[in-house]
Amino acid sequence: MIKQKATAGTLESSDIFVEIAPAEAGAGISLDLTSVVYQQFGPEIEAVIYDTLKELGVADAALTVKDRGAVDCTIRARIETAVCRGKGEE
Amino acid sequence: MRRSMLFLPGNSPNILLNADFLGSDAIILDLEDAVAPTEKDSARILVRNAITSLGYTREVIVRINPVESPYWQKDLQQIIKVKPDMIMPTKVSCAQDVKIVSDYIGQMEEEYGIPAGTVKMIPLIETALGVENAYEIASADPRVTAIFLGGEDFTADLRCKRTKGGNEIFYARSRMVVAARAAGVDVYDTPWTDVEDYEGLVEDAKFAKSLGFTGKSSISPRHIPFINEVFSPTEEEIQYAKDVFECIEKAKAEGKGVVSLRGKMIDAPIVARARQVLEAAEAIKGGR
Amino acid sequence: MSKLVSNIKEAIKLTGLKDGMTISFHHHLRNGDMVAVMVLDAICELGIKDLNVNISSVFDTHAPFIEYIRDGVVTGIETDYMGGVVGRAVSEGIMNKPVTFRTHGGRPSDIIRGASPIDVAFIAAPTSDCMGNCTGKTGKSACGSLGYAFADAMYASKTVVITDNLVEYPLVDYSIAENYVDYVVAVEKIGEPSGIVSGTTKITKDPVGLVIADYAARAIDASGLLVDGFSFQTGAGGASLAAAKYLKDIMLKKNVKGSYGLGGITSYMVDMLQCGCFKALYDVQCFDLGAVESIRTNPYHMEVTAAHYASPTAKSSAVDSLDVVILGATEIDTDFNVNVHTDSNGYIMGGSGGHSDTAAGAKMSMIVAPLSRARLPIVVDKVLCKSTPGNTVDVLVTQRGLAVNPLRNDLKDRFKDAGLPVYDIHELKEMAEKLNGVPHKPQLGDKVVANVLYRDGSLLDQIRAVK
Repeated sequence: MIKQKATAGTLESSDIFVEIAPAEAGAGISLDLTSVVYQQFGPEIEAVIYDTLKELGVADAALTVKDRGAVDCTIRARIETAVCRGKGEE
Repeated sequence: MRRSMLFLPGNSPNILLNADFLGSDAIILDLEDAVAPTEKDSARILVRNAITSLGYTREVIVRINPVESPYWQKDLQQIIKVKPDMIMPTKVSCAQDVKIVSDYIGQMEEEYGIPAGTVKMIPLIETALGVENAYEIASADPRVTAIFLGGEDFTADLRCKRTKGGNEIFYARSRMVVAARAAGVDVYDTPWTDVEDYEGLVEDAKFAKSLGFTGKSSISPRHIPFINEVFSPTEEEIQYAKDVFECIEKAKAEGKGVVSLRGKMIDAPIVARARQVLEAAEAIKGGR
Repeated sequence: MSKLVSNIKEAIKLTGLKDGMTISFHHHLRNGDMVAVMVLDAICELGIKDLNVNISSVFDTHAPFIEYIRDGVVTGIETDYMGGVVGRAVSEGIMNKPVTFRTHGGRPSDIIRGASPIDVAFIAAPTSDCMGNCTGKTGKSACGSLGYAFADAMYASKTVVITDNLVEYPLVDYSIAENYVDYVVAVEKIGEPSGIVSGTTKITKDPVGLVIADYAARAIDASGLLVDGFSFQTGAGGASLAAAKYLKDIMLKKNVKGSYGLGGITSYMVDMLQCGCFKALYDVQCFDLGAVESIRTNPYHMEVTAAHYASPTAKSSAVDSLDVVILGATEIDTDFNVNVHTDSNGYIMGGSGGHSDTAAGAKMSMIVAPLSRARLPIVVDKVLCKSTPGNTVDVLVTQRGLAVNPLRNDLKDRFKDAGLPVYDIHELKEMAEKLNGVPHKPQLGDKVVANVLYRDGSLLDQIRAVK
């Protein structure tokens, strides 16, 4: 469960900035994604974000994501950090 | 072959992406000083993912936070499962400091089904007490395969100024080398901190090599080629080593017991040294 | 007689400027230039429209162009380089007529041979006397060389010098001579000094850039060209400058006495001159205060005109004698064609400048670039815009290693002998794609927004609108 608003990552090149906020149970995931490489990697980035959330057991959350050309393992890391912070685990 | 080690900040995606291409024999992914307290969580997750996904070919060392900090166990919880080659614990001052970290690494190895003792350690010695206890640290645990001198914190602890000449760390360097060799482990020298002074770097690295250091660490990729060159065997050394073995072969064929080369008897230490030189030369062939 | 006119509007009237004509500007004041917009303001007030603007480079400070394009005051642009702000508007299709891109050598070549006539040239001059003898070396808006302005001044039907430092006749050490100048206007300010030249140009601290620079310098060392008489040009980008610095170390260590440094000049090149790495600098454009100071005081640091620098139709130009040039790229394809006009989404954000001129002239042209930027591999199957043809590009240098054009196997052997990591360019592409994934091609529209001319005036490529 995402209990609180949290952020992770930066706006530096090759990084990705993630903001996560709680959502009502059953609301699902809402994702507002902007990316400097949207034309080249848009669907892939979305898939990795959804996949990471699923792995972490997050079903309901509102995400605002600003991508600066992060590779998959960076996207996963920043999503995980934001989720941990949102769950209040850190 | 580990001549050079490059410190890299653990929370920078672009640096982690390129860590393998910066020329050093080992990369030290730093979770300690290079990461702000508020970003310790994100850095350890990022470094964990980088090790899993980026297929590093260099030796991977992760520098964790000191045992008196609230971070070091969480660091190991994330990092051990992706099997870095080595963990660099910081501010190690006695054998007990090594033991605590080693035991926890052992727990993590067990939890993740990794054979016990897979992950090695290179304790960072950077206090007066640590230097005094260098031998007990170096021989504290079978995981310890090398020790490392951190000159900046060490001189702060001595309450003296860190200088380019390095007289203030001369004793510590020598003591570290003796302790490491006595314990049968490798020993690495502190970085040269003036990024633009290459002549000073080369002098400093040559001096460290002359004392017996295995290699040297760096904070700048620009320093790496210089360090690699200093700690690689020279053409002359390689030729001499080849001559030694040629001479032994020849003596064998002629049935001679005592062998001499250039008027000097070839004894066991000379053969051992020659073998090290040729192994080193082979390991770095064609490398940067 | 007096050429002094009280203001720009009066000068424009005197030149007889009319709808549909071509006016020109130079870009020596770079992002600090106020003159081009000042002149367009006056033109607009006079109600003149449908103008073709030939400007050697468009910077972000020229953002008001966008309004003048919308209003029909400016209907054509010819340039060698266009920054991201105006470039974005052009890419989005704001102009009816495609922009014409030339090279720094092609522009004076076309002006001189009459392929691109200019009706009125407006020359921003940091110092001028009342008859139009002018220079960039002195004055509060000093920019150093005025190399790109010579062809304009000499071949335009009318030439107007605009200065903010009017001095007594005769100006000593002038660049452009009075015999080409019709009118002189003194204004309060021609430029913003902070945008004209940087205080200092700094080399990169980025570790990836340093590794690239190290490989580039070692490749030059291994090329066989680094001998007495060596000539060299490098860009002002971080890795290019770092490479120049490492090259200097090698030249001093090996005691190589070079002949000349060329191009846009930074204080790093000045430093190499002062250390004896070169006999002289040929300077078409100063990038920082160190370069301006040097061109003013050191007779071996010489101003060259754009035609002397790089014109393909001149009897000879300095690029023809160049040994090595270090250049950048936003993309390079597996045939070594280089894009410096657009970003990876197809938006205009640059231009040839001297890129294809020096690549054609130099014995070895090197592209320095990271293997990928923000997830986008530098090596692609086909560049979005061919700025410089692949048969003039010899080497790509990345942090992973070098790729050598198959036309230059001689270089490949030399690099390998020197222990440098040499790969096939396809291998570098695969390495980048392994780390980043394979990018989808950006979708571009059908409308042609720019024609890219090669240095000889032929059509090299066309840039399409973004969707």
